Amino acid sequence: MKIHEYQAKAILAEAGVPIPRGRVAASPAEVKAVAQELGGPVVVKAQIHAGGRGKGGGVKPAPTPEEAEQVASQILGMMLRTHQTGPEGQRVKRVLVEEAMAIGRELYLGIVIDRVAGLPVCMASAAGGMDIEEVARTRPDAIVKVHVDPATGIRGFHARKLAFGLGLHGDQVRAAADFVTRLYAAFEAKDCSLAEINPLVVTDGGRLLALDAKMNFDDNALFRHPEVLALRDLDEESPLEVEASKYGLNYIKLDGNVGCMVNGAGLAMATMDIIKLAGGEPANFLDVGGGASAEQIESAFRILVSDARVKAVLINIFGGILRCDRLAEGVIRAVRSLKVALPIVIRMEGTNVELGQQMLRESGLNFIAARGMRDAAAKAVRAATAA
Amino acid sequence: MSILVDQTTRLVVQGLTGREGTFHALACREYGTRVVAGVTPGKGGLVHEGIPVFDTVAAAVAREGANASIIFVPPAAAADAILEAADAGIGVVVCVTEGIPTLDMVRTQRALQGRPVRLIGPNCPGLISPGKAKVGIMPARIHRPGRVGVVSRSGTLTYEAVGQLTERGIGQSTCLGIGGDPIIGTTFVDALRLFQADTETDAILMIGEIGGTAEEEAAAFVRASVTKPVIGFICGQTAPPGRRMGHAGAIISGGSGTAAEKMAAMRRAGIVVVKSPAEMGKAVERALSSRPHVPDRAARPHAPTGSRSVRPAAPSTGPARKGNRPAGTAGRMRRTGRRRSSRGPKGRV
Repeated sequence: MKIHEYQAKAILAEAGVPIPRGRVAASPAEVKAVAQELGGPVVVKAQIHAGGRGKGGGVKPAPTPEEAEQVASQILGMMLRTHQTGPEGQRVKRVLVEEAMAIGRELYLGIVIDRVAGLPVCMASAAGGMDIEEVARTRPDAIVKVHVDPATGIRGFHARKLAFGLGLHGDQVRAAADFVTRLYAAFEAKDCSLAEINPLVVTDGGRLLALDAKMNFDDNALFRHPEVLALRDLDEESPLEVEASKYGLNYIKLDGNVGCMVNGAGLAMATMDIIKLAGGEPANFLDVGGGASAEQIESAFRILVSDARVKAVLINIFGGILRCDRLAEGVIRAVRSLKVALPIVIRMEGTNVELGQQMLRESGLNFIAARGMRDAAAKAVRAATAA
Repeated sequence: MSILVDQTTRLVVQGLTGREGTFHALACREYGTRVVAGVTPGKGGLVHEGIPVFDTVAAAVAREGANASIIFVPPAAAADAILEAADAGIGVVVCVTEGIPTLDMVRTQRALQGRPVRLIGPNCPGLISPGKAKVGIMPARIHRPGRVGVVSRSGTLTYEAVGQLTERGIGQSTCLGIGGDPIIGTTFVDALRLFQADTETDAILMIGEIGGTAEEEAAAFVRASVTKPVIGFICGQTAPPGRRMGHAGAIISGGSGTAAEKMAAMRRAGIVVVKSPAEMGKAVERALSSRPHVPDRAARPHAPTGSRSVRPAAPSTGPARKGNRPAGTAGRMRRTGRRRSSRGPKGRV
């Protein structure tokens, strides 16, 4: 799960990580009030989940409260387009108003889980304010990495190694070590999958501050963090994906016209792949899971066909736990109640497959039966192209 | 021989009395697996569907000699269940549970280090050695005893692959689902090492997916240490970057973990990589039938040449002992070609 910058900064502040003074606001008048309260020049920052906000025109300086009000009126409500939002952009509903400051240096600090080591890894670089993945590709030596064993937690030497890696000296080493230690504590305490400060700035006065902050959370751990779950912003997610998550379905919208419904994530990805190989484009990823009920199948189907781009549906089920008769029941019910006119190609395999096929045949509905994945993909792509 | 589970497996089911635990325990028993105990804290002393229930895994080990476990407990308690099994001295722990917090698995993995335990999963379908034992949730009837090892990060896609093999009359030595999470116990490399050493496995089908670098590590291992033919498929060739595709571990992040990178690394290591998931069975069939004519891996481009020792003829792999197979399976065993004498298991010497 992702959250906004202002929410991440609130978590950091709670953990004792130094952040600039500032507050979130939802109207130009409110922005002006915050700017007056802060006293002095401010920066107005659009709050959307996507990165690249500055380049897209979503981050603007304002020397006076009046100017802050004015830039806020431009930013609030705009459809902000960045390299991460897609072409339609994302509507800005809130801005973060922060004190502006003279920046000496821009550094990078991030924590993720290293899958190979099976440990959290802290990464520091003096090349802050840049795309860190680009730095990793072109100048891997410019990034210092420290793995932390949760059995000991982050220790002094870890933190010092990172601080020295940032190229800091003197008192700043101690301040940076403290910064890293607190950030790591927040990462672990909140079950983050990512905690990233880019840039971490050294002000002209020599202070260290988290100028930007990004935190992602492990979805599997949200059950023990209701306070984090409360920060979820549904406006940032695709409505169909939100709807699917209510039914425990895994749905990701894509750009093609062949809708697909599959049990199991791997088979669902493979189904998308074979649609592409057959000359089509998948409209979505949809995993109904191992033990889907007829009701879940029906909801899945409803979500699938509510995407207007879908011209044909491919159902690919390899029933193990999920029985084919149950699938057939759900599909028949959904097609009847939703009056779906789209061509539906069904490929079923596994438990109770004969019964399932019989139910489909006897339903009087017009399903296209397929044998094997290749046949199914070819038929679905043909149907989508003809439509 | 198969790997990890066979007729000697004595299975304890952690979470036996739950709906899923009961359903799958009975399916495993029906297949012929010796399901010797269940564990549900507080329900010790019960007999559930003819299976004795204990409060602790340690009691199941002491009383019933359990040596393998399968875990069906909810995500919040699953890491604890893994540690309990390891603490009780269980050798093979299969965790089916999906949704365990990543940091719980980080801590669990560290705690398991140096212990004589092999964790499979979490978030996996388990494993089956056809005709011998099933310790998992896969549909049994699609499998058939034979000589191809299957290892995969996926569940149903593995069933798809196995279905394609069985349809062609190609049986399997062991089919192993290693799980779709970012942090898992047994990796591709571990599985490849076991299959390479298994005298009853002639070829290996490896099914990977986007996210992480496990397939690249597997490719490096294949290049250095696997002499048996390896056939591969990677799903997620059309997956968008930055999105988690169902599995917690299936995500292209920062432009790395793509299917294209993995497929290229695998091809460079001499693995036969198919683009289409419909081609997996056919590719294995082709690899098996053409084996006597395939040039030695040492002669292929990119393969290391210096370190490849040639062992004398590998031990003959006679037909499996009939006595231990469920009726009707032994006769269908298919010999999938004779091992070439120049390509015995390399062995880590």
